[in-house]
Amino acid sequence: MSSLASLFITAVFVENLALAFFLGMCTFLAISKKIETAFGLGVAVIVVQTLTVPINNLIYQYLLRDGALVWLGLSDIDLSFLGFVSYIGVIAALVQILEMLLDRFFPALYHALGIYLPLITVNCAILGGSLFMVERDYNFTESVTYGLGSGIGWALAITALAGIREKLKYADVPDGLQGLGITFISAGLMAMGFMAFSGMRL
Amino acid sequence: MKRVNSKILLAPIVDNNPIILQVLGICSALAVTTKLSTALTMCIALTLVLACSNTLISLIRHHIPTHIRIIVQMTIISSLVIVVDQLLRAFAYEISRELSVFVGLIITNCIVMGRAEAFAMKNPPWPSFLDGLGNGAGFSVILIIVGTIRELLGSGTLLGHVILPLTRNGGWYEPNGLMLLPPSAFFLIGLIIWVVRSWKPAQVEAPEFRIQPAHNLTEVGR
Repeated sequence: MSSLASLFITAVFVENLALAFFLGMCTFLAISKKIETAFGLGVAVIVVQTLTVPINNLIYQYLLRDGALVWLGLSDIDLSFLGFVSYIGVIAALVQILEMLLDRFFPALYHALGIYLPLITVNCAILGGSLFMVERDYNFTESVTYGLGSGIGWALAITALAGIREKLKYADVPDGLQGLGITFISAGLMAMGFMAFSGMRL
Repeated sequence: MKRVNSKILLAPIVDNNPIILQVLGICSALAVTTKLSTALTMCIALTLVLACSNTLISLIRHHIPTHIRIIVQMTIISSLVIVVDQLLRAFAYEISRELSVFVGLIITNCIVMGRAEAFAMKNPPWPSFLDGLGNGAGFSVILIIVGTIRELLGSGTLLGHVILPLTRNGGWYEPNGLMLLPPSAFFLIGLIIWVVRSWKPAQVEAPEFRIQPAHNLTEVGR
């Protein structure tokens, strides 16, 4: 149990997908102008991440990894090279299904999150989460924890950046740095802040 | 080469750079630049995938149904990335280990999707191929600049060769540890943006909020 808690804290703070691994940067910089939209996107990422990482984990464990097809009686087949296509397929399909389900059963939530869902398919944080899960060989429970943690970490980072940018609007920034430039620098300073967590062991 | 084509090839390098102006493909630009060798590998891999995917998507652009075009594009791109990944594993295993998940992340690199959507879906194969090469080059320029600065100042080497001898090995250069850490990549790209925009003022973004000039300051304040 304590190892899971440690994994969770590590995924949220120490190995923050946005600030330590630069994943999902395009959306991170593009959608962080307002706190509300940033928060909405963050929640959508948490939901999708918590679902896709465990599902891809099952696919990896039972279909793709070396010797995973033992239950079919095929013990010497290694399909791991098909990983990328399968993971991105799962993500694209899951986002589509989620969009349809939300539209049917939770229209209010759909209206709040709907516009961000298509953006998530091409968000590298989602695919990155699945690829890290494979690289670090997490089991199923660990992958649930990791998916939730890394999603929360990403949401935290984008909401914080949006907060900073809302204040930054009123700052007197040099012309060349206006907009994108100053956003990069503030994200860099945030990344430095998050580095204070590195080396933290639970 | 025709004038239009050379413009397609060269415009993305400075005037319409994918990283600093279109804000595409930043993830890998930041993450793989601690060493120049990984940055170079990433540039080559991305340019290859981008040129091939643009060409392929442009070839079948009249046959892709609009509703499922994203999935079709994704499938093409991820198949190409699998080829690149397997090649790297076969011939450059060390570098492929260092790049870890970032080779796979070329799939979701927004440059590839962005150019497929914005250019290859509307243009014939040859210009699309050039657009792919041009944007790959624009991406590479930034990656190489950032990679060079980070490796040189962070560990005193370039491509593994010692350029600035470190104090701990009897030299004179005290390495700047920050350059090896994630934040420095943000700062460097921010500064590159600043330099390019001072050089090409047309790229400067209009501020959302103008601070009102203090008219009375000269009379009252001083």
